[in-house]
Amino acid sequence: MTANEHLIRDLVEKHGTNRTALIPILQGVVETKNFISDTDMTEIAKELDLSAAQVFGTATFYSFLSTEPLGKYVIRVCKTITCDMHGKRTIIQTIEEMLKIKVGETTPNKKFSLLETNCLGWCHEGPAMLINEKPFTGLTHERVHDIISDYISKL
Amino acid sequence: MTTTVTVGLGSCGIAAGANKTYDKIKALKESENLDFSLKKTSCIGMCYREPLVEIVDDTGTYIYGDVDAERAIEVIEKHVNQQDPVRDYIVYTDLFDAPENGFMNSQVKIVLRNCGYMDPESIDEYEAREGYQAMKRIAEEKIGADQVIETILKSGLRGRGGGGFPTGLKWKFARANQSDEKYVICNADEGDPGAFMDRSILEGDPHSVVEGMIIAAYAIGATGGVIYCRAEYPLAIKRLNIALGQARQRGYLGNDILGVNDFNFDIYIKEGAGAFVCGEETALIASVEGERGMPRKRPPFPAESGLWRKPTNINNVETFNNIPWIILNGAEAFASWGTEKSKGTKVFALAGKIRNSGLVEVPMGITIHDVIMKLGGGIKEGKKFKAVQLGGPSGGCIPQYLSETIVDYDSVNATGAIMGSGGMVVMDESTCMVDVAKFFLDFTCKESCGKCTFCRVGTVRMLEILERITNREGREGDIEKLEELAYEIKDNSLCGLGQTAPNPVLTTIKYFRDEYEAHIIHKKCPAKVCRPLLTYTVDQEQCTGCMVCLKNCPANAITGERKQPHLVNQELCTQCGVCYSKCKFDSIILT
Repeated sequence: MTANEHLIRDLVEKHGTNRTALIPILQGVVETKNFISDTDMTEIAKELDLSAAQVFGTATFYSFLSTEPLGKYVIRVCKTITCDMHGKRTIIQTIEEMLKIKVGETTPNKKFSLLETNCLGWCHEGPAMLINEKPFTGLTHERVHDIISDYISKL
Repeated sequence: MTTTVTVGLGSCGIAAGANKTYDKIKALKESENLDFSLKKTSCIGMCYREPLVEIVDDTGTYIYGDVDAERAIEVIEKHVNQQDPVRDYIVYTDLFDAPENGFMNSQVKIVLRNCGYMDPESIDEYEAREGYQAMKRIAEEKIGADQVIETILKSGLRGRGGGGFPTGLKWKFARANQSDEKYVICNADEGDPGAFMDRSILEGDPHSVVEGMIIAAYAIGATGGVIYCRAEYPLAIKRLNIALGQARQRGYLGNDILGVNDFNFDIYIKEGAGAFVCGEETALIASVEGERGMPRKRPPFPAESGLWRKPTNINNVETFNNIPWIILNGAEAFASWGTEKSKGTKVFALAGKIRNSGLVEVPMGITIHDVIMKLGGGIKEGKKFKAVQLGGPSGGCIPQYLSETIVDYDSVNATGAIMGSGGMVVMDESTCMVDVAKFFLDFTCKESCGKCTFCRVGTVRMLEILERITNREGREGDIEKLEELAYEIKDNSLCGLGQTAPNPVLTTIKYFRDEYEAHIIHKKCPAKVCRPLLTYTVDQEQCTGCMVCLKNCPANAITGERKQPHLVNQELCTQCGVCYSKCKFDSIILT
């Protein structure tokens, strides 16, 4: 059995084979390897006795269930109006210049992906972003520069 | 003297560096063996003053603001060791005038009664603040389910998620439907741009939501409970998990809860995966069942056929938080606040161009003006208040001249906006209303699940028109076309998302038609936001002739010699705005 098959088998054991288990299983796959591949989807379909199309349909509906490979660190910048009012564009520009990628892209070394996301609920302290699960708020050009440099040095 | 020092460790506090403040105080206490107890709490709503440290001693209560590690040393040294409060840093106290006394004293805290006053990860502290007393009273005094529902009905509580449907009535319907299984769901999929009250409640007082759900389960006879919480709120999910574990241990969840025969109920958390439409109740149910989060036709309503086609009662986080308070204090006490048809209080999230952004809880019936000017401290940087967006992408813009509108479901609806979940995005004179409408429509257009044609295609068509208008390509008849499409979408969509998606466009047209006309007819953006509609010129006195704009202009529209003021050739200029963003001397004038 491949590592992926192991992962899916473990997740199925944890969440069961009910239809309700589908999203938690997909979330588990994303948590471990950042995206869900076509093979993962057919594997999950087999385990839950669903058609691959049903799994694909659910996976592609939700923005946090990526079906494209993403970097090790996924940067999600809040695109809500309040963050926009407080200078979200500068934040995106800074990150784009530092990582040499545009929104929606992943760096060639597969370390960073830059995405926009819906409201993170930090409207009072925007602009805000998530890097994987960690929120950063009250961002400025300088602060975001420091944060990204810090992550780059961690690589 | 007994002294308690409490540090606010909500998400907002942590983001402002409250962990360092807490660590510093802890280190001081240990190294100098100081005599006070140190506690943690959550957000008290004064997010703009974080990190906050509260000191309660025999003389009274004091809240210090902006307490970084350095300030913490000074405060502990003077206040705790020398009993000499540091007046300059005190933002609130019950003893003398402090800058934020007005902010705290004009609020009525029912929903936020525990937020910022206890450690959200401690069931003991929740119990010490009358926690689980409401459910205990029901069990001990053998108050029947019908009587509980009657109390909620009498209190006049209406759904705080946006719809404003009477909660007691919802419960009554769910109770009346017979079934072997019934469910209670807490909708914590708060996704409105500009709203963060549910996050703060879940992070600050998770047990109260759990208790509200237990009471609802008792009232309708539910066998299972689900909290659907969005993935973007990791701390809320963590705290809910802790709360559920503790509640199980103390027997508030499980079998024969509090000795009530056959009252078996447990709750699990279902984490969302990033889809705004799942805030709609039937889409939420589909998502819990593992499907694409697409709404279903109503009727049948969830009270009749919901999760797994069983009777299901869905309420919002804030609604559940009101329940224990109403049971303990009575329907009359709750109904004494508010207006004739909207009882109790409402929590608002203040954001945008407002001085004090954060959370406030006010009685229904207060004017929008008072919320923004008195509690919110007015507009940032002394600018002029222009409008407020209420209810997120489903709501609408209320202009400054209607700010005497009172906050209740019916008065707000009359303006064309909706109360929604309570997000208030405040806008000043530098905000372009066409741009705002475009923002919200872009949001709903992308979040439309695609089931109904009018919502799926219609929002795209409307967005295209708005993009043209803000891109100098507006045509006569665009406003009428927008209105026509808006009403078609409203009439032909299955769920709330589509039915309300055009509201931001309709209300901005209603109140700011002149701005639309300026864009379309005069090709001008009065707020100077839409770049293609601006004329860029160089301030001949200010310009130092540094040549930065000239080198960066992609259209080669700028000419001039080094150290001589430059000029913009209007025929070549493409209004891209690069010169404006590159100029370090503010020499590019926008008109």
